[in-house]
Amino acid sequence: MIELLVKDRCTKCNACVRACPTNVFDEAPGEVPVIARQSDCQTCYMCELYCPVDALFVASDCAHPEPVDEAAIVASGLLGQFRRDHGWGEWSSDARYKNQHWYMGEVFRRAREGEGGAR
Amino acid sequence: MAAAWASIAAAREGASVVLVDKGYVGTSGVTATAGPGHWFVPPDPEKRAAAVAQREAIACGIADERWMARILEETWQQLPKLEGYYEFGINDAGIKIYGAVRGPEYMRALRQLAEALSVRILDQSPALELLLHHDGSVAGARGIHRQRNEAWTVRAAGVVLATGGCAFFSRLLGSRTNTGDGYLMAAEAGVELSGMEFSSQYIVAPAFSTMARGMSYAYATYYGPDRRPLDIPTQAGGNRALARHMLRGPVYCDLGRMPLDIRARLPFISPNVMLPFVRRGIDPFNDQFPVTLIAEGTIRGMGGIKVVDDDCQTAVGGLYAAGDAASRELVTGAVSGGGAINSAWALSSGCWSGRAAARRALTHGRRANQPAQPIGQPAFRPRREPVSIDLGQVITTAHDEATHYDKNLFRSGPKLERSLERLDDLWRELRDSLQGEGVGLVRAREACAIVASARWSYTAALHRSETRGQHQREDAPDMLPRFAQRQSLSGIDRIRSSFQRDSGQAEAKTG
Repeated sequence: MIELLVKDRCTKCNACVRACPTNVFDEAPGEVPVIARQSDCQTCYMCELYCPVDALFVASDCAHPEPVDEAAIVASGLLGQFRRDHGWGEWSSDARYKNQHWYMGEVFRRAREGEGGAR
Repeated sequence: MAAAWASIAAAREGASVVLVDKGYVGTSGVTATAGPGHWFVPPDPEKRAAAVAQREAIACGIADERWMARILEETWQQLPKLEGYYEFGINDAGIKIYGAVRGPEYMRALRQLAEALSVRILDQSPALELLLHHDGSVAGARGIHRQRNEAWTVRAAGVVLATGGCAFFSRLLGSRTNTGDGYLMAAEAGVELSGMEFSSQYIVAPAFSTMARGMSYAYATYYGPDRRPLDIPTQAGGNRALARHMLRGPVYCDLGRMPLDIRARLPFISPNVMLPFVRRGIDPFNDQFPVTLIAEGTIRGMGGIKVVDDDCQTAVGGLYAAGDAASRELVTGAVSGGGAINSAWALSSGCWSGRAAARRALTHGRRANQPAQPIGQPAFRPRREPVSIDLGQVITTAHDEATHYDKNLFRSGPKLERSLERLDDLWRELRDSLQGEGVGLVRAREACAIVASARWSYTAALHRSETRGQHQREDAPDMLPRFAQRQSLSGIDRIRSSFQRDSGQAEAKTG
């Protein structure tokens, strides 16, 4: 579930308020958005993808809130990793993060043909 | 996704189009978080025939080859038109791959194309009820902007219900907004549902996570509570075998069989798959992690609104159904269409219904000055004095009845009857006494829609007293010739079932 909005990074653009498919955030006039309905979060990570300054962090547990240490998460390098791997924003011209989704069919084919051995 | 395609197709016909989304067009729905690999076969008659024959052979006798051929052709025609909005991948042989597209980029492309065609998009604006003309045809829809608490009404010559399937609040990735709202709206208008018994598809995911992405599990090894490997079939029946183990105790998994080069590529194929592992400090290739099976309801099930003509119109004139909101039995029969058939269906049914709705608008006009009746029942117009109802408890109960493995995967007549008693009680309570107000209507209608969807699902499962494809009855394990037909349901209070042979050709009853 969404656990963290890093206030120092947030530019109050409210992209997360608009893009969250389950309406977790509330806009706050003149302030950073508020995580107003955490229990409605569907742990889809879409807010991270749509946050251009990597100010949001969705923790791994989809059912229960969990304590997070903001300083440790900022230091971990996890913020923005998802947006980078999608090749969005400033990463869009970086060949390392080019969309390789087309390879999905090959992954299934290789599994069907027995690569990786029997289960 | 189907809604976006419908809006694009309608706008291309020259109609004025409004696209409303409970969430945000681009992140809403199960396509946004996934990576649909469309059923995509070149127009070589032999290849097309072989593709259709392969699906027909597993469809358990209730699909329609003509519809399969139609979605193959429509997908082939339409998907490449996203060029310029979606950057299609090029494989190692230099061939462009159109069928497999990544969810967030695909939905972003569809939004950008819709905007370029001047589609008016209302995000965060769930539709709540339909409006009908006196002659019974559709007149528009009403809903609310849930962030501004502003009601909206759209008067239209045609309405496409592309509300997705119903996941019964199962935590299936991306499905939180898919609560069966469109089924309820259609049924209130008198439209039939079809194939609602086909609602027992499940997908494996880490137990703590929503991350229901199947690809990596092609390389899974499963372990029992003693951490010894389990013998789980890799193909058909694997999930049922896993569920039997899970009813007894925890099941663990690792992805250690995945070749190293695929591991390295994984974050750039599906960037979301590794997130829950990394953030929990799990190395899924070497560590065993607990897994669960998440119910996919009618999303990868097949049930939905019954369409009656080639435009995906329903029995109500001007009302169409597209994507997972519509029954997919025509193209996939009694087995799940998976991502491939379902995305080809979503694209195709979206394009057909959008085009037809636009043609209707251009010939009939909106008739916006004629009176129209809002027809929402539960949460709008309770039968008795409203009382306060704990919707969280209603949703939890409906979720448990509709998704528990023992009830939904391993079905039997007596178990279905017991579940239906509980669901009928919930329904009566909601129907009699629930009154939603303002944005509270959204959750109120969601609760009604999932209870209604669970009742339709289990009523249909009870009447189909045989085993066919996804629908498996422990007390009726054989496939019976007399049930080799699609089942329609009608009604929101008293539910009526009928089995009939039809080819989806009947005329809409009002023009």
